[in-house]
Amino acid sequence: MKILVPVKRVIDYNVKPRVKADGSGVDLANVKMSMNPFDEIAVEEAIRLKEAGKAEEIVAISVGPAKAQETLRTALAMGADRAILVETDDEVEPLAVAKILKAIAEEEQPGLVMLGKQAIDDDSNQTGQMLAALMQRPQGTFANTVEIDGDSVIVKREIDGGLETVKLTMPAIVTTDLRLNEPRYASLPNIMKAKKKSLDVKTPADYGVDTAKRLTTTNVAEPPVRQAGEKVEDVDALVMKMKALGIA
Amino acid sequence: MKTLVLVEHDNQSMKDATLSVVTAASKLGEVHLLVAGSSCDAVAQEAAKVAGVGKVHVADDPAYEHGLAENVAPLIAGLMDHHDAFLAPATTTGKNIAPRVAAMLDVMQISDILSVEGEKTFTRPIYAGNAIATVESSDDKLVITVRGTAFDKAEAEGGSAEIEAIGGPGDAGVSSFVSADLAEGGDRPELTSANIIVSGGRALKDGETFEKIITPLADKLGAGIGASRAAVDAGYVPNDYQVGQTGKIVAPEVYIAIGISGAIQHLAGMKDSKTIIAINKDEDAPIFQVADIGLVADLYKAVPELTEKL
Ligand SMILES: Cc1cc2nc3c(=O)[nH]c(=O)nc-3n(C[C@H](O)[C@H](O)[C@H](O)COP(=O)(O)OP(=O)(O)OC[C@H]3O[C@@H](n4cnc5c(N)ncnc54)[C@H](O)[C@@H]3O)c2cc1C
Ligand SMILES: Nc1ncnc2c1ncn2[C@@H]1O[C@H](COP(=O)(O)O)[C@@H](O)[C@H]1O
Repeated sequence: MKILVPVKRVIDYNVKPRVKADGSGVDLANVKMSMNPFDEIAVEEAIRLKEAGKAEEIVAISVGPAKAQETLRTALAMGADRAILVETDDEVEPLAVAKILKAIAEEEQPGLVMLGKQAIDDDSNQTGQMLAALMQRPQGTFANTVEIDGDSVIVKREIDGGLETVKLTMPAIVTTDLRLNEPRYASLPNIMKAKKKSLDVKTPADYGVDTAKRLTTTNVAEPPVRQAGEKVEDVDALVMKMKALGIA
Repeated sequence: MKTLVLVEHDNQSMKDATLSVVTAASKLGEVHLLVAGSSCDAVAQEAAKVAGVGKVHVADDPAYEHGLAENVAPLIAGLMDHHDAFLAPATTTGKNIAPRVAAMLDVMQISDILSVEGEKTFTRPIYAGNAIATVESSDDKLVITVRGTAFDKAEAEGGSAEIEAIGGPGDAGVSSFVSADLAEGGDRPELTSANIIVSGGRALKDGETFEKIITPLADKLGAGIGASRAAVDAGYVPNDYQVGQTGKIVAPEVYIAIGISGAIQHLAGMKDSKTIIAINKDEDAPIFQVADIGLVADLYKAVPELTEKL
């Protein structure tokens, strides 16, 4: 079985994003960029499935600028076998990303496509579900555990009330949640080896996908800022404050 | 504009999250509800009473019992021949189903809206709520998920909508429900509707300590209990306690953060709370930058004392 793992290059989760003064977006110049954390979890899970003998090949895919090659090299250093960059400098929305992934899945015929549940820049939480719809295949979103069972995959999902387990016929789409695993760091020898692994560069046009945006962002603003309040001396003072608020 | 709202339910009663979505939908036009479930008549009756609703479509079929997206999305896509916008709560249910509908309709979904600015214009948070984007759709149909804390709840009583039974494509045959392991509600208010939330972080050490320190305070205040990702990852509490960018978004009257540092991902889930109280031993913890009332103290001393004195 082959596993496709789409990985997105995003602002590093430790960086506090700054909104541009002209309202055109978030300032990404000279900002540290990394692999979307949920995608690291997806790469890790794919590697574990391969290590367990459940998968043969892992193909990492990114849609984005030339620099997304770095993100793909990270996936290769972690243990993916080869990579595909679908290069574009345009911002590509989840629907178009899903269409590109569908075209790649038609060529590659994976048993699983493992995505992050959410990209921490656009916070869309859409791409995996959209891909599943376009491929007319089942989806196991917000995965907490993933288990291959013959032709099926059993996914335990993190839902608002707790956990839910579903059984999906493969090929299937899985999106990862935080508790699925703890991603490994790539070792230095593996980083060196990753440089020799194959990385194909394509364009959205190669897959016949129109990436024109459906949503126009007309403004990006700072959220209302919260002012820090006051510090109280001790528990008694806190109790007074809480009583004043009517909650005690 | 005619809108279709997904009713979130457990086949017995409607979830509150639906009511905020009704409010958002009513800003766009006529509101129709969809109850997709199995033996879900009670839910349909409840839905028909929601103020401002024009019609309730009910698809009652074992295939819809567990809300599997593979089965429910085609049903919704079919109904979209007669509706202009589909709206679902930005809960794990809505997030699971809505994008699948959007792709079937070849529409780009607008996730987690905070406001309706025009027929096709909305605001939504990006970058963990560190920026608010105004977006305008160019699609013919709209598919939207709604952030519950951003819209008032519609009145649950007062309406008398017509209920229409509908059929649907049924079981897509590619997925099945196996089991669910759901938190028992008990008397404790649900996180997303609690007036007061007491949240604990990594500093609580383990599940037993979390329970010993946080629960008595929450009991005293009749509060819901939340947690940071660190507390969930370490197994102190179940995953559905997580508040934040990638957990639950809450906005209670009072949010009490105990032993939580205040990472941007956590703040994203609670900074719209009316009053924030923080207890942390580190006076420079970022949580104090958003707290209305801060207490720099060792939680192991302060929290039991607070519980005692309230
Ligand atoms: C992709 C991604 C998504 C994420 N999503 C979320 C999310 O949805 N929600 C979320 O919460 N986090 C999320 N995080 C994690 C986030 O970045 C932080 O790591 C996490 O919030 C930290 O939890 P914490 O504050 O409990 O722990 P820490 O940051 O370790 O803070 C512990 C605090 O306890 C204080 N403390 C220690 N001992 C005591 C004591 N005895 N008395 C008083 N205070 C004490 C310390 O001073 C410290 O401030 C996410 C991260 C990533 C990468
Ligand atoms: N440009 C992209 N390139 C590769 N994968 C992507 C891209 N955009 C989204 N994805 C995948 O889809 C997931 C969800 O993204 P989103 O729907 O944008 O929140 C991410 O975690 C990635 O796995």
